[in-house]
Parts: sequence; structure tokens; C-alpha cells
Amino acid sequence: MFSNPDLWKFIFGRLTWQDVLPETIVFYTFFVVAAGGVVVLAGITYFRKWGYLWDEWITSIDHKKIGVMYIILGLIMFVRGFSDALMMRAQQAIAFGANQGYLPPHHYDQIFTAHGVIMIFFAAMPLITGLMNFVVPLQIGARDVAFPFLNNFSFWMTAAGAVIVMISLFLGEFAQTGWLAYPPLSELAYSPGTGVDYYIWGLQVAGLGTLLSGVNLVATIIKMRAPGMSMMKMPVFTWTALCTNILIVAAFPVLTAVLALLSLDRYVGTHFFTNTAGGDQMMYVNLIWIWGHPEVYILILPCFGVYSEVVSTFCGKRLFGYASMVYATIVITILSYLVWLHHFFTMGSGASVNSFFGITTMIISIPTGAKIFNWLFTMYKGRIRFELPMMWTVAFMLTFVIGGMTGVMLAVPPADFVLHNSLFLIAHFHNVIIGGVLFGIFAAINYWFPKAFGFRLDPFWGKVSFWLWVPGFYLAFMPLYALGLMGITRRLNHFDDPSLQIWFVIAACGAVMIAGGILAMFIQFGVSIMKREALRDVTGDLWDARTLEWSTSSPPPEYNFAFTPIVYDHDAWWDMKTRGYVRPQDGFRPVHMPRNTGTGAILAGLAVGFAFGMIWYMWWLAALSFLAMVVVAIAHTFNYNRDYSIPAEAVALKEGERTALLARHA
Amino acid sequence: MLRKLLLGSLILPAMLALSGCNMVVLNPSGYIATQQRDIIVVSTILMLLIIVPVMILTALFAWKYRHGNRNAEYRPDWHHSTRLEVVIWSAPLAIIIALGAITWVSTHLLDPYRPLERVSATEAVTPQRKPLTVEVVSMNWKWLFIYPDQGIATVNELAAPVNTPIDFRITSSDLMNSFYIPALAGQIYSMAGMETRLHAVINKPGVYRGFSANYSGAGFSGMNFKFHGMSDADFKAWIEKVKKGGDDLSAPAYQSLARPSRDVPVHYYKSVAGNLYHDILNRCVGQSQACMDRMMPMHHGHQMESAGMGRTPDTSSGMDGHSPDMAKTAGSSSGVTAKD
Repeated sequence: MFSNPDLWKFIFGRLTWQDVLPETIVFYTFFVVAAGGVVVLAGITYFRKWGYLWDEWITSIDHKKIGVMYIILGLIMFVRGFSDALMMRAQQAIAFGANQGYLPPHHYDQIFTAHGVIMIFFAAMPLITGLMNFVVPLQIGARDVAFPFLNNFSFWMTAAGAVIVMISLFLGEFAQTGWLAYPPLSELAYSPGTGVDYYIWGLQVAGLGTLLSGVNLVATIIKMRAPGMSMMKMPVFTWTALCTNILIVAAFPVLTAVLALLSLDRYVGTHFFTNTAGGDQMMYVNLIWIWGHPEVYILILPCFGVYSEVVSTFCGKRLFGYASMVYATIVITILSYLVWLHHFFTMGSGASVNSFFGITTMIISIPTGAKIFNWLFTMYKGRIRFELPMMWTVAFMLTFVIGGMTGVMLAVPPADFVLHNSLFLIAHFHNVIIGGVLFGIFAAINYWFPKAFGFRLDPFWGKVSFWLWVPGFYLAFMPLYALGLMGITRRLNHFDDPSLQIWFVIAACGAVMIAGGILAMFIQFGVSIMKREALRDVTGDLWDARTLEWSTSSPPPEYNFAFTPIVYDHDAWWDMKTRGYVRPQDGFRPVHMPRNTGTGAILAGLAVGFAFGMIWYMWWLAALSFLAMVVVAIAHTFNYNRDYSIPAEAVALKEGERTALLARHA
Repeated sequence: MLRKLLLGSLILPAMLALSGCNMVVLNPSGYIATQQRDIIVVSTILMLLIIVPVMILTALFAWKYRHGNRNAEYRPDWHHSTRLEVVIWSAPLAIIIALGAITWVSTHLLDPYRPLERVSATEAVTPQRKPLTVEVVSMNWKWLFIYPDQGIATVNELAAPVNTPIDFRITSSDLMNSFYIPALAGQIYSMAGMETRLHAVINKPGVYRGFSANYSGAGFSGMNFKFHGMSDADFKAWIEKVKKGGDDLSAPAYQSLARPSRDVPVHYYKSVAGNLYHDILNRCVGQSQACMDRMMPMHHGHQMESAGMGRTPDTSSGMDGHSPDMAKTAGSSSGVTAKD
């Protein structure tokens, strides 16, 4: 029935040999990645770790392990996103006059798109979600999240999205549209390749995971707090996590919807956002930013929570103005929905509309300013220990206010008309995302690593990383502010004016310093693992901290707390310590636990198959994968073997070991 | 005058510090861009009022209350002060009230859709000074400028007489770009099937950089043009030069120009087909039956009085934009009406 070419087309869709490793640079990248992959897989096989990986990690529904896996995923994708950044910096540092640089537009445009998409969706989001996953249940005295299986599924869907985006590096191309894929450029007429489809399906699959994890954490925080922990006694990090997840639940469906509309335009020829037949590109820009602006706060709020925990711990002092901190967080959460239009004042809205959104944007700086003051006055009359988390926090306070200032400048529409889309804007949002989100994540990793693994991170290499990162950041982004004031716009792959080159060279030097900082961080991880005996913490409360996660052992047992703690005040663990808390030695009871399942990983694997089929028009693959997902999901509902009990004796044994350990080191 | 002096004294040091590199945004040549620069400076100063003390206090507290300094007071349970709370909420609030007032007023005064009332701080627009109308089309990947009153068109070169209000009407052939001449005025998006507007004036003769400030695909980096601010006599001579050296921009000529091309050299057209800009805006060049302003009323079965927009002044800006159909048509054309 099929002549041969038809059969080929049926099986492989639009995939041809030309789509395999299309660029020379990518060819080398592929070999590096493939060689690395082979070494890792061979290592796992040689050391017979497949079973261990499957049983202990891949199928795990322990929120702590899922949190760790999220952070590993985030760090891996961060390195990928950062390589894109280095390539862009190199191109812009050399492409002047007759020199066209080493990246043709086709490749360069993919790189800046991939950089934005990967850094936001697959680096920052997993890092933030991982932190919340690990910390929140411990901080509220819970044994796990509300829906443990859903948590595992969410993680694997996020990982599946990352896999889809990574496949685009080697098969076909990635989007060349900028990270938000504005139509009409992202419509089929102007982007006929697979790039935008990789973008759409990568984000749809990962977005589903993010949304479900948002639902999960909201339910966890609302329903599973330890007795006595009223809302106004919750740790500030948990408060920010609650607000962030409410934002996720409210914002991500908008992203899903707008990408679905774009896919309808691309796959079935509707005209939501086309130039013709009544399509309206402005609708897309509005919708994507109705998701996109809350997204910024989804990233920054938990980091504000991290800084709050770190400041009060390392200043040895209760957080100044807890209530005003909480209200500031809530106000930011609400206002973040009322500012989206400031991303496109230049689209031609009327003066009253532009002023409204400009002023709401400025109003956000009031609660944000209040937060900065609260951290400042927590330091006041404190006794500050400058461990790494505190160093990152001070660096954040000094850096973030600059980004805040330039942000308010961009919020004034007449000023935005001259600064919009310029390198000034690029400098601004890197100033707040690196100076706010990333510094917060580094503070958090250094702060909670000992809780997760039982030994702290090596401070020497941590400081090396810090001192490369912070000056590197200023070197890389201050020139961009200057270039923006010279009227230089973003996403250019070539410049005519040779007098600009020096600024780009300085920025490239900054990027190299940051590369050193990242390298030092990985060395820090390696050195810490090797020196783990010397760095070990047996107390479980290394920093003399204040919240409940520090009341259990490091690493915590799989059940987190043998007895559910009872909370009387803010800083519950500090309160317990000052009231002379004694660990219970007996009376243990069996602990009811959820059982591991591989369903999440299987469903996510099928989602990759479905997305791949959709991207390459292999309809049979898409249909089969989708069908299989439905079947697996239904089959999972018949799995009644979902829980088990840890017997009281096992709990007693584990707690007894800890008692003995504590006594030895007392 | 006092205000000007004060502003000048604040801007001058900044300018001196930056002399040497060409910060065109801080040192523009058009009255609109100059006012936009002033707003950047004023808002920066307003915010430095709070940023600088915060940075100093952060460094000071970090040093003074370090763990090693046993002389510093340590109050582990001090965590609330109503007086301080009032200050930390009201100080940013006061600054934002000031900045918000500036924002409201300046956004309305500098609305790109608002016809100019002054061409410089000292000179008002007189009825004798007829504004220059320029129809701007962003194409893949070049700029087409049509001068309807002069009957000429240019590719990648723009000229205007100094101290004359310029009325730009902006659209796009396909992709979204942003029309931006930093020395002249802030940018505005160009979108196919829609018209945006910009009113501006250049005060100093000179050659300025113009470009697309919104990424639009492979040829985007080469979407540059030169903007010439000229004396009246020079502008007249320039028009003559275009008329002498140019081709005819007919519908077929436009269609061949519309093919994607990169780093396009300057090109002149001595004549322009009658309804070309209207047809570009309504996406019907060479096929007049398919114009959007004619299709839409047929589809929706109600009268669209705005048909044939983009030619006569002030019809687009005065439209009632509450009909959802408006946003979709070139007829309603401006982003203002589309979203107000």
C-alpha cells in the first residue's frame, strides 16, 4: 500500500538525515556529551548501581530525595544554559565590522533562545522547586508532602521537559524566536522548522510537572503543619513557598493555554495569533506575560524566604518584623498579577493604561523595600557569623538594590521607551535574577546541604566561588548597563561601531570569572564529598538554627520526625532549645509511610515519546505514547500496594543510634 | 528656570563623567528624547535617596555587628519596633508617591500618540510649521519610509528637517519590530495589520543611528538605517536627490522588495503607488479586494467607519476602542484603540 518514500515519511515524519547533528559545533558538543554519557552509564553498570538508582532514587517518593534530584537537574541544566551564555558573550566580543564572529544568525538565535528558556524553566525552576520540596515538609514538621506519588511524577515531568529541550541540540534545531516565542515570528509561516515545536512541547510537559508540584505544596502547607503552627507562626521560608505555589497554580495554566493556542495555529491552521484572518499577536504577548510576570516572583519569593532564614540564623537573632515580612510577601503575590503590561509599554497602549501599569509596578518596590529593611534591622544588634550563606545574603542585599533601582526606572513608561529591549534591560533582569534568585540558591545550598547529607560544604572552595561570582557578576553586567545607555539593543549578533567592542570584551571577562565561580562550586562539592568525615555534623543543628528542620538528624530519617513536634512560637526549634527540650527516648510508635513507585518515571518517559512524535510529525508515535500514558495512569489506580509501616522497633533502633551518637559527641 | 538650573546642575556631572563614550540615551538631540532622559535622571536621583543609605547601612551593620566584635551590643530578642516599621514602609511609599506623580504626568505628556505642542523647551509649534508625515514599514529585514506629501519613498534612510514636528505612522510587512532612533525619541513596536504612531522632533542637524529594537529573525542585526536631521534647504535638496535618483515603488516593486533580504543598502523611490501604505497596513498589496478593512465589516456585518485608515490624520487616535473587533483590524489600526 505504501510506496517506499511514503513509508519512510509515515515512520519518521519529517525527520531526515539532514536533521541529525546539523552544525559542526554541535557535532563536537554531541561527542563530548555522548562520551560523558557513556562513561556515566558504564560506571553505573560496572558498579552495579542500576538497581540502587531505581529503588532508592528514580522510584523514590521521599520529598527529600526528590528535592535533591530537582537540584541536581537544575545544576546540570544551569551548566548547559551557562555554556550558551559564554558562547553569546564570545560572539558579541568579536563580531565587529568585517568580522562576523563564529556563530551565524541561525545558530546564534537558537543559543540566546535556549539560554533564556533553559535558565528560567530548567535551571531556576528546578532549583527553586527542589529547595521547597526538601525544606518545606521538614520546616512544618510533616513526614512528607500531601501527595507523595504526585511529587515524583512532577519531578519526572520536569526532567522530561529538559530531555526534550536537550534532544533539540542533536536532532533538528531549537527555536530561533527569543525565549517567549512571540508570534508572528513563532508561527509556522516564519518558523517552519522543529525549533518552536521543541519549545512548545518541552514547556508543556515541564509545565504540567510544575503545576502539579504547585498544587502539592499548597496542599502540604495548608493541611500538614505541625500542631500549634498557626499561619502566623510559620517560618518565613514556608510563607514564601506558599505564596510562590499559589502563584504557580494561578499562573501556569495561562502558560499552558497560550502555548496550546500557539500549537493550534501551528498544527491545525487556526488564526489566534497570525497576521491574517483576524489573528492578533498582541493577545499572545498579553497572555504570555500574564504568566511571565508572576513567574519572576515565583522565582524570587522563595529566595526572599531563604534570606530571611539565613539572616536570623547567622545573626543569632529573631527576624525583625515577622508580621510585616509576611504581609509584604502577600502584597507582592497579589501585585505581581497587576503589572504584566510593563513588559510592553512600547506596544502602543494609551497613556492611562501605561501609567496604571507603571505605577502598580513601582508599588511593588514598597513591600520589597520593607523586606530589605527588615533584613537590615535583623542584622542590627545581632552577632553576625559570616559563614557562606550569610556572605551570599550580604552580597544579595548590596546587589539587589541596584537591580531594584533600575527596575523602577524601567517602570516609568517614558523612560522605558528609550531603555526597552536594550542591554540596559538585560543588565537589569540579570541583576535581579542573579543577584536575587541565584545568590539565594547558593545561600540555600550552603545552608541546607549539611541537613541533606550530614556534612557541610567545604568553606574554602565556597569562598573561592563567592569571590569569583560576585565581582564576575559586576564585571559582566555593569558594561551592559552602559551599553544600554548608548542605545544598544539586545539579541544582536553583529555590530558596526568598533568603539563598543571594549565594553563587550569586559563583559566577556566577567563571564569567564563567573565560569571560574561555577567551576569552584563543583570543586567545592567534590572536595566536600572527599573530606566528608572531617566536615561531618552529628548534631543535626550545625548552624545553631531556629526552625524545625534542624531539630531532626542530618540527614533526616525517611520518616523525618519520630514524633510530630508541637509548636508554641515562631522559630519553633529555637523555642524548644531555650525551653530545654529533651529528645524522647521511648514510646515510639509505628510510622505509616508511602511506598515507592516507578509509575511517575514511566509516564514521563512516555511523555517524551509523545512530544517527540508531535515535534517530528510521527503521528503513530504520538498516538501510541499518548494511549500508553492513559493506560499506565489508569493501571496505576489499581495499584493498592501503596503504603507500609515502619515498625516501632525499627524507629526505636534508629532513634537509639542517634541518642548514642549524640552522647558520644556531647 | 530654577527647575532647569537645578536639573542642569544634576545632569552636568553625570554627563561629564560619561563624556568619552557616546551615551546617546543620556545625550540625545530631539526634544522628546531629551525629556525622556530627564525622567531617567530624576527617577534615578529619587531612588538613590533610599538606595544609598540602605547600602551604607548594610555595610556598616555587617561590619559593626560581626561576630568578632564583642563590644557591639547584642539583643537576640529584639525583633519589633513600631516606630521603625512606620519608617521602613513610609520612606519607600513617599518616594513612590513622588515618582508615581511624575509617571502619571510624564506618560501622558510624552505619549507617542500625542501631537507635539512644542518643538523645544523654548519654541511652541506654530500653525505655519506643517508637520512632516512619514509612513514607516518594517520589512524582512529593512525599513521602508514613505513620504506621502512628497510622494517619495526610501529604504534604510530617513531624513527630516530640524525643529519640524514629525508624525510617524508605523506598521510592518510581517514580523514585529520596534522603530527606534535613540537620539530622536523612544521606540514603538511595528506590527503587521496594525498601525502605531510616534510624534517627535529633531533639534540638531546631524546623522543619527536608527534600527529595529525588537528581534525579528535572522536578518535582524542588519536592520539599521541612518536618520538625517537637516536644515530646511538641505531637506529640500535631499528630496530632489531622491526624486532624481530613484525608481518607482509600484505594487509589484513592493512585492519584490518584500522578499526577505539582509543588510540592504540605501535605495530611493521617486514615486509611490497610490494606496500602497494603506494596502500594506491592510495586507492586500496587489489584491485590492482582500483588504482587511473591507473584509472585516463583511465578516462581522456591521459598519466600520474607519475603513481606509492610516491616511487621514486623527481618525485612528480618536476611535472608540471598546469593540473587541477593533483590535483585530487594521481599520482600527492603533495599539491604543486596541487595548484601551
